[in-house]
Amino acid sequence: MTALTLHGRQCRSALRTLAFLSPWLLGFGFFFVYPLLSTVYFSFMKYDGFRPPAFTGAANWVYVFTQYPMFWPALRNTLWLVAVMVSARVVFGLGIGLLITKIKTGAGFFRTAFYLPYLAPPVAATMAFAFLLNPGTGPVNHILGTIGLPQPGWFNDPNWSKPALTMLALWGIGDLMVIFMAALLDVPAEQYEAAELDGAGAWQRFRYVTLPNISPIVMFAVVTGVIETMQYYTQPMIAGQVASGVIGNSGQQFEPGYPDQSTLTLPQLVYNLGFQRFDTGSACVIALVLFALAMAFTALLMRRRSGLIQAGG
Amino acid sequence: MTDVLAPARATAARRRPLRSANARAARRKAQLHWIAVHALGIAAALFFVLPFVFVALTSLMSDNQALTRALWPHPFVWHNYVTVFRTPGFLTWWKNTLIYAGAGTALTVVSSIPVAYALAKFRFRGRTLALMLVVATMMLPPQVVVVPMYLFWANQMHLTGTLWPLIIPMAFGDAFSIFLLRQFLVTIPDEYVDAARVDGCGEVRALLRVVLPMARPAIAAVALFQFFSCWNDYFGPQIYASENPAAWTLSYGLETFKGAHQTSWNLTMAATMLVMAPVIVVFFFAQKAFVEGVTLTGVKG
Repeated sequence: MTALTLHGRQCRSALRTLAFLSPWLLGFGFFFVYPLLSTVYFSFMKYDGFRPPAFTGAANWVYVFTQYPMFWPALRNTLWLVAVMVSARVVFGLGIGLLITKIKTGAGFFRTAFYLPYLAPPVAATMAFAFLLNPGTGPVNHILGTIGLPQPGWFNDPNWSKPALTMLALWGIGDLMVIFMAALLDVPAEQYEAAELDGAGAWQRFRYVTLPNISPIVMFAVVTGVIETMQYYTQPMIAGQVASGVIGNSGQQFEPGYPDQSTLTLPQLVYNLGFQRFDTGSACVIALVLFALAMAFTALLMRRRSGLIQAGG
Repeated sequence: MTDVLAPARATAARRRPLRSANARAARRKAQLHWIAVHALGIAAALFFVLPFVFVALTSLMSDNQALTRALWPHPFVWHNYVTVFRTPGFLTWWKNTLIYAGAGTALTVVSSIPVAYALAKFRFRGRTLALMLVVATMMLPPQVVVVPMYLFWANQMHLTGTLWPLIIPMAFGDAFSIFLLRQFLVTIPDEYVDAARVDGCGEVRALLRVVLPMARPAIAAVALFQFFSCWNDYFGPQIYASENPAAWTLSYGLETFKGAHQTSWNLTMAATMLVMAPVIVVFFFAQKAFVEGVTLTGVKG
């Protein structure tokens, strides 16, 4: 009798769990596992979307790594963005977070002003920066010229396009600002008081009290920054199209990466190969490279922040 | 650190002589500090606000003036906004974006809540694994699976050229929303749920009557994030909707608008303002939920 009810209850609770999880289980299977397996399958196939897929062995893989002219530039750009854009965002986000915790008068105004650009839709924000930085009529070069500074070509100059994208990324620092702000306010005040009484200067307090306390958050910001860089698509795509004057469906085809492949990123290659060149197999190779990179950094994030997963259970 | 906390030195410091002179110096230092901090704050605020200002000013310039380097509109051409609204398609893009964001948000919230609840409050084998998979899919670039998904929606369902390939998947939970809700739900003490169970509530009623009212801030945050992520989405509409102008959204339409008005920065900036405006208006109404949500994603745990 008891055994039976116990069994029944276990069964019911398993069913209940399944029922609650079912939307995600179905979604995970159908929108993740199935397409991922399918991506692996297509990476070994020649398929242009019209003729039936034909097995080509490792040909797509060889093509992407040795002949496809956009792969290595995209990877190099990604490394540049990880090294410069991610670190710039973390340092700037921490700086703005520190600043906002120190501001006493008008704190609400400053917080809103610093946060708002983060909300600007990426297409609109990129469009705005393409205008601000355009070498012809843009106000930034106008001002730089007035005070006698050099006027770079920004999105039109391969040496300046990534710095311009970095500025755009710094403009939208609001997410990191809020995270750092919360972390900074969590640092126990006694530690600061004690350090101050001990004669520690501002830098020493930052170095020996603030940094050790917020280092998990810094780590979190770095790793999520790297993962976001793997997904970096809309901004370089729009910036390239606007600066080159060749926009999506105006009849001409836009080759991503303008100027001189300097804004190419890996996600754009999936678009270029799969939806512009109709080379489904090679697009899937890029997708798998992207998958491997994203998963490697996600694993790092989960190891570093096992608390993130374990919390409460 | 232990040295820093040494109490002996702390008292010695407090007993310094010449207290009034010190106090004056300290006040002076505090004033200088105030000035330095706020000067930096104003400089930073200029960096964040000026782009909006320049975009707004340019959106009010005449066609001829937009071709110059002028910074201040003369005369103010408010009619630019009328021109943008009268652009064929602009209102359709608005409508489509609202449908995508509205339906997407509603479906995501409804389908993610039970999953997050199970991950936070049920004990079952594989729970940690499930949570790790949620986090892993959350971090995945959408481009990883887009090729087979496109083939599926195009060849099996014949739904490309509509927004359905973007809306339907949201009925199956969204990893980020599940994760964020779960992070909030674990902070609700189990006692509340247990009490509801003792009172004879089933799991569904416990969730609806007890847990959901307490989780309102997290649900608001998830809804806002999802709304904005749909509103801002460019890749999705580019892949699935670009072939049919009647299905374009604002993000995709704005880009083609620029293509059609190559030299008219004034009109493009007016359109840009109109794409940014709703997000900013919503933000002012829901500021608190928003900031709470951002914090929840990063700091908890």
